[in-house]
Amino acid sequence: MKTLSEVVVVVGRVDRVELTRWIEFGWVHPETRPGTEPVFSDLDLARVCLICDLRHDLAVEEETMPLVLSLLDQLYELRRQMKALTGALRQQPDEVQRAIMDLIETSRRRGGSLG
Amino acid sequence: MSNGDDLYQVLGVSRTASQDEIKKRYRALAKELHPDLNPGKPDIEERFKRITAAYDILSDPERRGRYDRGEIDASGQERPDQRFYREYAEDPSATRFYTREGFSDDEGLHAFFSDLFGGRAGRGEGMRMRARGADVSYTLPVDFLEAAKGAKKRVTVGGDQQTIDLTIPAGVRDRQTLRLKGQGMPGFEGGPPGDAYVEVHIQPHAFFERKDNDIHLELPVSLAEAVLGGRIQVPTIDGPVSMTVPKGSNTGATLRLRGKGILDAKSRQRGDQYVRLKVVLPKSPDPELEKLVEQWAKSHAYDPRADMEGR
Repeated sequence: MKTLSEVVVVVGRVDRVELTRWIEFGWVHPETRPGTEPVFSDLDLARVCLICDLRHDLAVEEETMPLVLSLLDQLYELRRQMKALTGALRQQPDEVQRAIMDLIETSRRRGGSLG
Repeated sequence: MSNGDDLYQVLGVSRTASQDEIKKRYRALAKELHPDLNPGKPDIEERFKRITAAYDILSDPERRGRYDRGEIDASGQERPDQRFYREYAEDPSATRFYTREGFSDDEGLHAFFSDLFGGRAGRGEGMRMRARGADVSYTLPVDFLEAAKGAKKRVTVGGDQQTIDLTIPAGVRDRQTLRLKGQGMPGFEGGPPGDAYVEVHIQPHAFFERKDNDIHLELPVSLAEAVLGGRIQVPTIDGPVSMTVPKGSNTGATLRLRGKGILDAKSRQRGDQYVRLKVVLPKSPDPELEKLVEQWAKSHAYDPRADMEGR
């Protein structure tokens, strides 16, 4: 857990003003309690680094950033759900797992849906 | 990064590259190789770190100069070890995630499946697989004139006697695919039907030939019409029109009927019809004509092959 000032020091590529703007835009949401400084988790910190890379190194414009972050968030959400799904499938008996893999393979070869 | 690495090679730029070229090159590589943009590729991180370390030195003209003079080497210049976002964002044990509308976390897998299979099932109903019907593709032979002028059709396709209604737009091109929304397979559990894709195969016409938006036609004319000229009837896709054949028109003479071609979908203008004349003698030999031409030829000899080489 880190404070805003600590994040600025650790990351080294963003200043207080810019980071505060990012919070206002909703790009990062550190935990905030009334009357206290926002607290950044490791997840928030890594996200700040990612936004630095996107904004400074990859020259993503401020206007485009919400689109990029939204797509990334959807991608990671899907990957989490896929993980949960594959986790659940691994708990199934072997023949169920095989049947599902066969179906996916068949649909892939047909280049279409399972229907 | 090891000391021996050539930073210019790592970025793939020449030693004389401008600062701007180096920046552009790094940007292009980073867009491709950033680990957080490639969550499914674990080995990409090492490459990204190498190009970033190279860029950190080469993007600073002062440090680049020292590197060029051999005062510093490629090692020990990496950024403080960056933990990438993907390591946290994919870890299901994390207590909180960044999510967007559509998949909020507390709804869990149930909502996820509903989204995958189209539509949201109510919580009490169990998991019903509401889904859009499959798309289907057909090829459809279309009459030349229907393609030229457009038509509404009801056709039976596929082995299962499915009928589809379609409008063939005027001027449709050969092999063009028409999308018929909602005329594919029916949906499941109240899902919408799929679409039908129909590839148009235009059938050849007995005497019209289409080139782009123009129509070409070979038109037989009698000896008298060719020699003396006159008004004749010409078939077009709109029906016969009258056209003047100039006096002394030979086989191969081509006349143009403006605006009698195919409608262009973009410009909404019609092409032209080109009429190529072909002089045709009477079907059976005619003694009177023979006598006439014999007389005429005596004093009017001409050589139509005078221009041909290698006779």
